[in-house]
Amino acid sequence: MQTVTLAENAQRAEGRSGAVRIPAAAAAKIVARDVNVYYGDAHALKGVDLDIGKNKVTALIGPSGCGKSTFLRCLNRMNDVIDSCRVVGSIVMDGKDIYDSSLDVVQLRAHVGMVFQKPNPFPKSIYDNIAYGPRIHGIGSGKTELDEIVQTSLEKAGLWNEVKDRLSEPGTGLSGGQQQRLCIARAIAVNPEVILMDEPCSALDPIATAKIEELIDELRENYTIVIVTHSMQQAARVSQQTAFFHLGVLVETGDTDEVFTTPRDERTQGYITGRFG
Amino acid sequence: MSDITQGQLPPGGIRESDAYRARLSRRHAADRRLRIYGIGAIVVALGLLVILFVSLILSGASAFVQTHIRLDLEISAEHVSPDDPFKGNFRAIVREAMLERFPEVSSRADQRALFELVSSGAQYMARDRVVSDPDLIGQRISMVFPAADPIDQLNKGAIDRNTPEGQRRVSDKQIAWYDTLQAEGRVSTPFNWALFFSADSRFPELAGLAGAITGSAYALLVCFVLSFPIGIAAAIYLEEFAPKNRWTDLVEVNINNLAAVPSIVFGLLGLAVFLNFFGLPRSAPLVGGMVLALMTLPTIIIAARAALKSVPPSIREAALGVGASRHQAMMHHVLPLAMPGILTGTIIGMAQALGETAPLLLIGMNAFITAPPGGIFDPSTALPTQIFIWADSPERGFVSRTSAGILVLLGFLVFMNAIAVYLRKRFTQRW
Repeated sequence: MQTVTLAENAQRAEGRSGAVRIPAAAAAKIVARDVNVYYGDAHALKGVDLDIGKNKVTALIGPSGCGKSTFLRCLNRMNDVIDSCRVVGSIVMDGKDIYDSSLDVVQLRAHVGMVFQKPNPFPKSIYDNIAYGPRIHGIGSGKTELDEIVQTSLEKAGLWNEVKDRLSEPGTGLSGGQQQRLCIARAIAVNPEVILMDEPCSALDPIATAKIEELIDELRENYTIVIVTHSMQQAARVSQQTAFFHLGVLVETGDTDEVFTTPRDERTQGYITGRFG
Repeated sequence: MSDITQGQLPPGGIRESDAYRARLSRRHAADRRLRIYGIGAIVVALGLLVILFVSLILSGASAFVQTHIRLDLEISAEHVSPDDPFKGNFRAIVREAMLERFPEVSSRADQRALFELVSSGAQYMARDRVVSDPDLIGQRISMVFPAADPIDQLNKGAIDRNTPEGQRRVSDKQIAWYDTLQAEGRVSTPFNWALFFSADSRFPELAGLAGAITGSAYALLVCFVLSFPIGIAAAIYLEEFAPKNRWTDLVEVNINNLAAVPSIVFGLLGLAVFLNFFGLPRSAPLVGGMVLALMTLPTIIIAARAALKSVPPSIREAALGVGASRHQAMMHHVLPLAMPGILTGTIIGMAQALGETAPLLLIGMNAFITAPPGGIFDPSTALPTQIFIWADSPERGFVSRTSAGILVLLGFLVFMNAIAVYLRKRFTQRW
């Protein structure tokens, strides 16, 4: 692991070509500098510098295989499970390098929750799906406290009214959209600060998608959200900040309105107008 | 194909061409042939199975009943002292009961032939009964004893009365005595409980499978206790934690190879290592179980790895995503979901171990042992080795008992496989 201080990093980023504009670091929840990811010999992510704004929705867009999911999975060190994967560079969350060897990855994942592409509830009851995270982290000791966490998490995920009478039924028995909201509730239950979403709506129908998008907008108040999406419309609808990846390079980032109306890079323009990807 | 692309289409289009129809009918014929081959293979396999079972049942069925003879015993204080009934002369009591019924038999040779009607185990049965109830001394009691093997065979019709006397194992006089007893209603053929509740014996009419069943149960217990946790631990390590390098590749290849090693090799290993080097007791279910565990391990590891692999990675990611450690993700989510598959594989491995004979022969579990083992350190036989011993014995009674033993073994195997099928049906998860 390459250890570089924040200041040095900022300088280095400054010195490079002006193609990447870095927003003010003060409001940033996560600051990524010169992140390179290798799968064996393949260089999947090349020198990514990105600031992720606090209490904002940041959309990562780009064609398949461009590295956006890889970047997302760096943020909670989910790439650690892949043997051949190697991450170089610095990712700093709230002033702490998350790739620091003294950092407990289990603690990190409690702060950075994740929602996956395909809804993946545990084959357990709805209640246990939510309560599992708090249990292993020791949040909510008694039954009443756990009940409360389960209820508030489900309420925040907009699922409570639909499932409150059948908490003991298996989570896998819900519809696809409900399952995905259950997964969001499960992520919320451990009280994270950041929620990563890897194409959360790609397996859902338009109505369920609309519900999730509404939910993302509500969650923005309390959480920092990073979402990978293939749908340009979705990125435009839900995000405040957009980052466009292409072939492992972060091409452009900025306010969503700007990126979609006046893209600076012609690759971005080509992608969002549907000329490739 | 070429004639179509060259534009020689008949007016009706592609589907009307003769080549197309010929190809289509060839395809259908191939489908039919494949189905016929499949059905043929199944019919052959089922036919062989039916032949096996019919022959086993035909030759083994008679071992499930046993000819018994009722005698009236005079438990006289002259032969049995009330102070120590165990030391009583019960042989004399049984013989007197026979002579009392046939007082005309006087020559020593005839008397010996007469005594041979009843199993030589009769005196011990009488002894056990009197020891358990000493009040019987001085009384006259009626007891039912197993008939000796030749009489048993005569009763079951396995000995032809029309063959010359010198060529059969019962003499004309013995047949006459048997007929007299039969006419008096002293001969009965009840279910042969001894087959399940007594241990091995030199006399077929007394021999049973209790020792072998207990020995097999102990050996399987040891085998399970050793191979199940070790197998699962190895599978989890290889599947979840092991780095993919040349070393783990080697381990993997070797595990797959071990599954194919002839079982007698494991027996030799057990003989050399467990008996000769570690000095563990010979013929003990402990050693048998250890050897069987070596054999079963690869099966369990392979089954467990397949089961772990079949758990969708999304479940693992979900657990890691909420902050579970790898260990927690494994123990709380992946392993429970893989358990039905692991159990199925384990039971199939156990069933295989139950039927295994060769390694047990080498560690001495084919000894002649007349009492069921009291623990895993006691010498004992196992079901397949008991069958092996009986198959080697010349007495007519052991021939049918061999088949009966095989039926019992097959019964256990079918039972275990049924459990495996049940587990697979019951616990299969939908995702």
